[in-house]
Amino acid sequence: MVKPQNNRAWLLVLPAFLLVAFNAIIPLMTVVNYSVQDSFGNNEFFWNGVGWYKELLDPATQLGERFYASLARNLLYSALVILIEVPLGIAVALAMPKKGWTVAACLIILALPLLIPWNVVGTIWQIFAREDIGLLGSFVNKTLHIDYNYTSGVLSAWATIIAMDVWHWTSLIALLCYAGLKSIPDNFYQAARIDGASRWAIFRNIELPKLRRVLLIGVLLRFMDSFMVYTEPFVVTGGGPGNSTTVLSIDLVKIALGQFDIGKAAAMSIVYNLIVLAVCWIFYTVMTQVDAEDKAEGRS
Amino acid sequence: MRSNRLVMGFYLLFLLIPIYWLLMMSLKTNTEILSSGITFVPKVPTLANYKTIFTDPSWYMGYVNSLIYVLINTVLAISVALPAAYAFSRYHFLGDKHLFFWFLTNRMAPPAVFALPFFNLYSAIGLFNTHWAVALAHCIFNVPLAIWILEGFMSGVPREIDETAYLDGYGFFRFFFKIFTPLIASGIGVAAFFCFMFSWVELLMARTLTNNMAISSIMTRTASAAGMDWGVLAAAGILTLVPGVLVIWFVRDYIAKGFALGRV
Repeated sequence: MVKPQNNRAWLLVLPAFLLVAFNAIIPLMTVVNYSVQDSFGNNEFFWNGVGWYKELLDPATQLGERFYASLARNLLYSALVILIEVPLGIAVALAMPKKGWTVAACLIILALPLLIPWNVVGTIWQIFAREDIGLLGSFVNKTLHIDYNYTSGVLSAWATIIAMDVWHWTSLIALLCYAGLKSIPDNFYQAARIDGASRWAIFRNIELPKLRRVLLIGVLLRFMDSFMVYTEPFVVTGGGPGNSTTVLSIDLVKIALGQFDIGKAAAMSIVYNLIVLAVCWIFYTVMTQVDAEDKAEGRS
Repeated sequence: MRSNRLVMGFYLLFLLIPIYWLLMMSLKTNTEILSSGITFVPKVPTLANYKTIFTDPSWYMGYVNSLIYVLINTVLAISVALPAAYAFSRYHFLGDKHLFFWFLTNRMAPPAVFALPFFNLYSAIGLFNTHWAVALAHCIFNVPLAIWILEGFMSGVPREIDETAYLDGYGFFRFFFKIFTPLIASGIGVAAFFCFMFSWVELLMARTLTNNMAISSIMTRTASAAGMDWGVLAAAGILTLVPGVLVIWFVRDYIAKGFALGRV
């Protein structure tokens, strides 16, 4: 189906464009403006050129070292949550009941963590994992006799924020995959049964290809949201102990609103945004490619 | 099939236990929380924590304020996204692919980047500490999301319907509201659900653009104060779950399709 060319369609997009542009372009210009200036306070600014960028991207400076450390922590965080959440989400989607009232019940419980304000997700885990008043914390410490305290131990802090993210977001992958699985016609399964295909063969040859698209969306959303995660680890660990859970957004807010180093924060924002843009572009390209392939094979 | 039930059972348990723990905390007194160790049900159940919230305007107005900006945001985002999504699903126009990508990148932009410039922008136009500031600011991620979802649903409606309607003498507006909108009603419901959800759960912008107006920022204020009031904090947390549960209940049949952004 070929869409007709019609430039008047711009009129339909215009309100949305203006609203988003107001929120995206003006603030971004402010950030660019700050990123090339320095200030001694009193709202007096002077030109600093690309000075902040040089400092930020040079790992030998204090700012650069800090930036690369936060970036590395953030990438580790994103990699861990994707590696755990994607297989787990697929497993949960495959385990969904097929019919009856349990379907609705499971869907509602699955969606529940996604609708909890992010700071409340933090609060839930802050309470749940404390070793004095939390069920998890006291269970690990007193029953398993493992030393666990997320405010003082680096490993405990990381385990807590990863577990929290898995708790919070695996449902997204599961619901996406469930939607993908639902769209497979029954006769595919019947044909496979007649051929005597094993469970694994069914998954590998029928289910996984159908899931390719939704998984791409899922990984994109999970990567982006974990790459800009702020509220949940901020509430639970505050970026600590030390700097061990300070991911990019937490570091950025510390520099911008904590130390009021606006030039540094602005330069960091721009670089941060460019990374996001690059990753977005890669995913978008892959996604349009997958679409085109699906269409070519008449699968869509 | 038994292994399926086992996986599902364990996973649901994993999801529910932390929430159960929060609920129990909210029904305990602070002395019981801090002194009597781990108890699965409160020894002396109390509703005092909830009473604190419902009798103190600085607490309960937080919920009202949050709901106001979330609703403004949802209505605003859907009403601008509807025509835009229609344009993307029906026409080619100059720069359409780039524009769609640009929208997408705004959904992905880190709120931390925008916190400070938003503060400047909304202070400059005199909207700081109003519902409108947060509602407009949340449009940066909700409008792209709504366009994305609605475009998926609209592309599922065959274009012959549009053409037949135009041939029958329908004007664009009459066609759009009388015929087209009812056809994608479930899509609009799903998009509204997602706008509501992402606006409701966001903290950083809501906190930067207001003086402790949103419930989420009121809660962090309590959390950072010396000597935590765990019971009230837990009760406040439980109350934030209520709108979400209600919303899920209404869209439960469409939820799976919505999560695939209308594209399955």
